[in-house]
Amino acid sequence: MVTSFFNEMYASDGLRAPYQMLEGWYQNMPAEFRALKQAEAEDLFRRYGITFAVYGEGGDPDRLIPFDMFPRVFTAHEWRRLERGIKQRARALNAFLSDVYDRGEIIRAGLIPADLVYRNDAYEIAVAGFRPPLGVFSHIVGIDLVRTGAEQFYVLEDNCRTPSGVSYMLENREVMMRMFPHLFQENRVAPVDGYARLLKRTLASVAPAKCDRDPCVVLLTPGHFNSAYYEHSFLADLMGIELVEGQDLFVEGDFCWMRTTEGPRKVDVIYRRIDDAFLDPLCFRPDSALGVPGLMNVYRSGGVTICSAPGAGVADDKAIYTYVPEMVRFYLGETPILDNVPTWQCAKSDDLKYVLENIGELVVKEVHGSGGYGMLVGPASDRATIDTFAAKVAANPSNYIAQPTLALSTCPTFVEEGIAPRHVDLRPYCLVGRDVELVPGALTRVALTDGSLVVNSSQGGGVKDTWVIAEE
Amino acid sequence: MLSRTAANLFWMTRFLERSETTARLLDMGFRNALLPNTGGGYRNEWGAILQSKGVLQPFTDKYGEIVQRNVESFLFFDMENPSSVASCIRSARENARIVRTALTSQVWDAINASYQELMAMQRLERSKLSTPDLTDWTIRTSSLIRGAIESTQLRIDGYSFMNLGYAVERADNTARLLDVKYYVLLPSVAYVGSGLDNYQWTTLLRALSAHRAYNWAYGGELSSVQIAHFLLLNPKFPRSLLSCYAEANEHLDQLARIYGRSTPAQESARALLGELAEARIDDVFDEGLHEFLTRMINENGGLAQSIHDQYLTGEAR
Repeated sequence: MVTSFFNEMYASDGLRAPYQMLEGWYQNMPAEFRALKQAEAEDLFRRYGITFAVYGEGGDPDRLIPFDMFPRVFTAHEWRRLERGIKQRARALNAFLSDVYDRGEIIRAGLIPADLVYRNDAYEIAVAGFRPPLGVFSHIVGIDLVRTGAEQFYVLEDNCRTPSGVSYMLENREVMMRMFPHLFQENRVAPVDGYARLLKRTLASVAPAKCDRDPCVVLLTPGHFNSAYYEHSFLADLMGIELVEGQDLFVEGDFCWMRTTEGPRKVDVIYRRIDDAFLDPLCFRPDSALGVPGLMNVYRSGGVTICSAPGAGVADDKAIYTYVPEMVRFYLGETPILDNVPTWQCAKSDDLKYVLENIGELVVKEVHGSGGYGMLVGPASDRATIDTFAAKVAANPSNYIAQPTLALSTCPTFVEEGIAPRHVDLRPYCLVGRDVELVPGALTRVALTDGSLVVNSSQGGGVKDTWVIAEE
Repeated sequence: MLSRTAANLFWMTRFLERSETTARLLDMGFRNALLPNTGGGYRNEWGAILQSKGVLQPFTDKYGEIVQRNVESFLFFDMENPSSVASCIRSARENARIVRTALTSQVWDAINASYQELMAMQRLERSKLSTPDLTDWTIRTSSLIRGAIESTQLRIDGYSFMNLGYAVERADNTARLLDVKYYVLLPSVAYVGSGLDNYQWTTLLRALSAHRAYNWAYGGELSSVQIAHFLLLNPKFPRSLLSCYAEANEHLDQLARIYGRSTPAQESARALLGELAEARIDDVFDEGLHEFLTRMINENGGLAQSIHDQYLTGEAR
């Protein structure tokens, strides 16, 4: 059982260096002032329209994600190592994708079972044999990390499709700078606002070879009913590109066009925030009204680039996850900098046996689940829940993986009575195009309930501003 | 600009203008209901008001008998009534939300705040809200949003689409309001020139915020011919048909300049403006006011359609 947690501010050997200047800040903050600032923050978020609808919950479509004003801080030294590890992983995942849609060397070498890749639901036969510009499949790689000690980070999962949440990274900073400018005057907090420019540059760098001018980049959204619509419009605005829906695009000849008030205009790069299945009703789900009929043909003939590539999801599958350190060694010839969490594949009979015997101490997840749904946190669940879940696992083992319950680090967080440690995770957004880029910042999600280890916003998690202190 | 963006801007302002018109009609009904009826009690013209909005049937389906209080709720708050003030403001906000990035933060703030206020009002007890308060609020809100658009939006194509929405919707509404008064409200021709007739005209002018302006322009005497002239052909009155088409023309010309090509939409607006600029009020009455207004409403619909075909589908080449 987990008993002690690494506290990122107050470790066993006292106040840690990156947080030194924050101690006086919160200790000298009167309660009324804090309440005032909290209200101001909420007001700012609501004014900017930064809201988040939760799927299947009904209720207020203009719900705010709770924002905690206590920042999370990394030193430049800590960040450097993370940055190298994240970029390394993003490169390896892309190498894996271009391999499995090509000759499948890693499978021939016997390092990953063929079934796991080719029979994976996320493997997209429509792109097999196709090489996207620069060989990049996943242009925005979100890597979820947790920390368990001063030097120990684990990758919880990878997101190679369309990781969301980056707008919170940017807006949390915006709000903090507006509310507590002196904190930024006194500390050398590395800026994150270059993200949009880097993203635009990344997207433009993968324009098709057929594009012979300044590429026209668009962001494809499922529409304003989507829970992340705010983020879509926010990013499009920052990049100065059009925010389009499927109905705004059409295919004619060898190209994809958008409907404008001046007639059709050719589109070169589509940053899509809709799932593979909805991209093209002629190729995937015929009932999809969100996509563009014929888009995949244009894509495969090099008329347009889709970011991330359809089929990129095969690399972030929870069953494939186990093999990422193997990919780093195989494709890059490097030692993995970031560790995986030890994982039991319930599909393997030995592993299944272990999982069922120790289920009360493990975290069990669905292979294809996301957003904190369909998972069991053993130590936090009662007997009946555990038994029900164990039965589900036994009935369909290949649908589950299990991991030890990690001692997630905590970060001071404002609560009713003052501050208290709450568990946090970290999601950086790595950009892959001509270059591999990472801004010095990330989204920190925090489990606001005492003792909870689930940080997902759909399950009552909040967010924090994340600082990287620049070097002198 | 994306055609869908243009369409959202166009419809956003149409909905805003429509919410204002519903509020003005509500005001007109409220004032009319204060007028004693010749046969005892008070006059009840709510049926005519509902009819002019094309919502008489849905209203009676929902509430049965026409009771003032219900009509007021129906016209102001009812989200099931697509032309209620609340529905229009919600739709306008939805349009605005979709094209947030094409709006200045002042405009978005004004629209969003009006929606939030509306939601707050909806939670209040109905008895705490008088009808004049509701209509005043709507008209004030509408001015606030239009003011924000005027003073902060860049003068680019999006701005023209917003103004086209206002102009087209306003022309339609002015024509309909006049038609209600002339064709629907008055029980029979025998009443023309009666006290009732005059009272209704005054009410109509008040509802269009044009009561004093009319007195200034025409010396205070009420006559149906002069009022029709004022509302249709007077270039000084900002809600007159002529003013609306002058506005529509200006913005279609502006778009043609920005995009470097003239369009069929421009031609139909120019034809409408030409006709109204040349027309004398006698011509209108010779044609028959109701017939003239019906034709105008149809041609206005045609203009909206040609704007749609030219700019809002993205297919015109």
